Amino acid sequence: MNKNNNENQVESHIISVTVENRFGVLARISGLFSARGYNIDSLCVAETEDPTVSRMTIVVKGDEKILEQIYKQLNKLIDVIKVQDLTKEEHIERELALIKVNTPSFNDRQEVMQLVSIFRGKIVDVGKKTLTIEISGSGSKIRAMLDLLKGFGIKEVIRTGKIAITREFK
Amino acid sequence: MKGAQIFVECLKREGVEVIFGYPGGAVLPLCDILYDSGIRFILTRHEQAAAHAADGFARSSGKVGVCLATSGPGATNLVTGIATAYMDSVPIIAITGQVATHLIGNDAFQEVDITGITRPITKHNYLIKDVNEIPRVVREAFYITKTGRPGPVLIDFPVDIQRKEGEFYWPEKIEIRSYKPKYEGHPLQIKRAWELIKSSKRPVLIAGGGIIISNASEELKKFVEKTNIPVAFTLLGLGSLDVEWEYSLGMPGMHGTKYANYAISECDLLISVGCRFDDRVTGKIDEFAPHAKIIHVDIDPSAISKNVKVDIPIVGDARNVLKKLNEICERIEIDDWLKKIKEWKEVYPLKYERNGLKPQYIIEKISEYTKGNAIICTEVGQNQMWTAQYYKFKKPRTLITSGGLGTMGFGFPASIGAKIANPDKIVIDIAGDGSIQMNIQELATAVYNKIPVKVFILNNCYLGMVRQWQQLFYNRRYAFTCLEGGQPDFVKLAESYGAIGYRVSTEEEFDKILPKVLEEKGKVVFVDCRIDQEENVFPMVPAGASLKQILDGLA
Repeated sequence: MNKNNNENQVESHIISVTVENRFGVLARISGLFSARGYNIDSLCVAETEDPTVSRMTIVVKGDEKILEQIYKQLNKLIDVIKVQDLTKEEHIERELALIKVNTPSFNDRQEVMQLVSIFRGKIVDVGKKTLTIEISGSGSKIRAMLDLLKGFGIKEVIRTGKIAITREFK
Repeated sequence: MKGAQIFVECLKREGVEVIFGYPGGAVLPLCDILYDSGIRFILTRHEQAAAHAADGFARSSGKVGVCLATSGPGATNLVTGIATAYMDSVPIIAITGQVATHLIGNDAFQEVDITGITRPITKHNYLIKDVNEIPRVVREAFYITKTGRPGPVLIDFPVDIQRKEGEFYWPEKIEIRSYKPKYEGHPLQIKRAWELIKSSKRPVLIAGGGIIISNASEELKKFVEKTNIPVAFTLLGLGSLDVEWEYSLGMPGMHGTKYANYAISECDLLISVGCRFDDRVTGKIDEFAPHAKIIHVDIDPSAISKNVKVDIPIVGDARNVLKKLNEICERIEIDDWLKKIKEWKEVYPLKYERNGLKPQYIIEKISEYTKGNAIICTEVGQNQMWTAQYYKFKKPRTLITSGGLGTMGFGFPASIGAKIANPDKIVIDIAGDGSIQMNIQELATAVYNKIPVKVFILNNCYLGMVRQWQQLFYNRRYAFTCLEGGQPDFVKLAESYGAIGYRVSTEEEFDKILPKVLEEKGKVVFVDCRIDQEENVFPMVPAGASLKQILDGLA
């Protein structure tokens, strides 16, 4: 009806979903997203401190209306315990990336090692002509790192997708 | 106790009286226990019909319907029935056999991942992997299916676990930490709603299927009487109250009454209770109730602001919320508005031309004869819309129809389920010649089990609704909609199953047999009504048009 720009603004959101740690739950959640036409940018799942509960961190893009529906539809699933939009709260987000980069010459290798240390990453494997880097941080930090390494030739990148946790103020 | 015994004991404790189903290899142990369990087993002739019959049983009684099928094709045949129940929020439990646990995932004979297949069309589903979880699963399944917004729950039960020894126990309390349906509307929201209602000049209420599910008819009636607000009924809301009541606007939407659609288009406040704003109700969404503030009462939070933007959402059970509203509401002075609506009702009544045997005439006569006391099931298409328009529904749970999914072949098996739940009522299926052929094998079920339902086939030798669209929007190119070729003789067909068959093609003939059909106590009756072949359903809002652009008939 009223096409307010604010409402239709597509933004990235980090949704944290705590679910029963049972088989089939991941399929229920991913099925919900595909059936309703919502796009998932990334999705991480692992057990929490309580082994009967898993946490999924899902990054989705959508406007207010879609986000509201995602929130409600997720809550509607019987196995979903809690849904939280972390983007709306103070939170810390992290992503881990493993990057295999070409370093054919000594100079390349030196330069990459310097960059890695500035970004507080780690070299976790050394090949004859490659270095493998482990780096964690916000999405933008990883993007910056990848940008800088692009010049050397990136052989392979594996990213975990975001995980996030709320900040404690008490 | 064996797994199958534990399972059946749980069903009994849940109060299951009847199961509609079809046996097979993966449910043999279960069927063996059911054989002398005291639970009535209705053997349908197709699993899809078992699901629809359970659905009809549930809708007409308010109880949980149960259907059963074997693994693989048995399970997939339930799918349409489960999806039908899901779309219309019907509590049914679907039990499927599954191959032995050690074979799961091996592409074993008659193996199918039915929990995977039904995930988007069930409220929840289970695959039992341990004999000891049977009581918990059954208990949870029944709890989930009937609470909150009801919906089908499937239990997939591997055959080796049916045979395995286990202990029976009965969990007295069910505690699902992640499932806590909300029944009470927020008091502040209810107060805000009343403030808005109080200040409205042209309010309209839409009553949806939620009114019937939550048994809210009495509270709805009270609310309308107290406030003076006119009320429209969605397809699934028909029967909430007497549709001929002075406050009634009949059904809105695509084939709704003109006055309901005009009222919605002109209103300044729309109160929707238990209706999810389906596109068949709203027409073009941007032009739906353009001047109105909207109050939306629904038990399912995800139904709110899904299709239309809502001003005051109230999450809760329709009956509870109306009850709370009734405590504070008063008469509002809207005489001008009511006068306008009365004028619309006088100027734009539902009408049809009387020449030849018209389907509307048939429905009107059935309506007069049964006085709103029968249970009317329908198939899908023109037969469904004529029924919705011309049968004068008076009471809840008297219209059983596939609204959301629009499933052809639903009505006949659903009528079987409804008759079993209501043996003392006249149960009628209004069918089309297309739809009836989609589950016609159930004649055997109805005749053999002495379930004397009455079927009126509105036979125009066409898939009438599709043909109507082709006539109006596809230049009368009747692609694949003519059923004349290959149509069976429905009278002989009925007789061959041991049912009674009649054929009528004039009003007089129809009038003559109608009492005979409806007074027939013991036998299934099929009436082949040869209606005007090109009769259309009007009024009509073309797909994607606004409710105001409602068509009267062919110009």
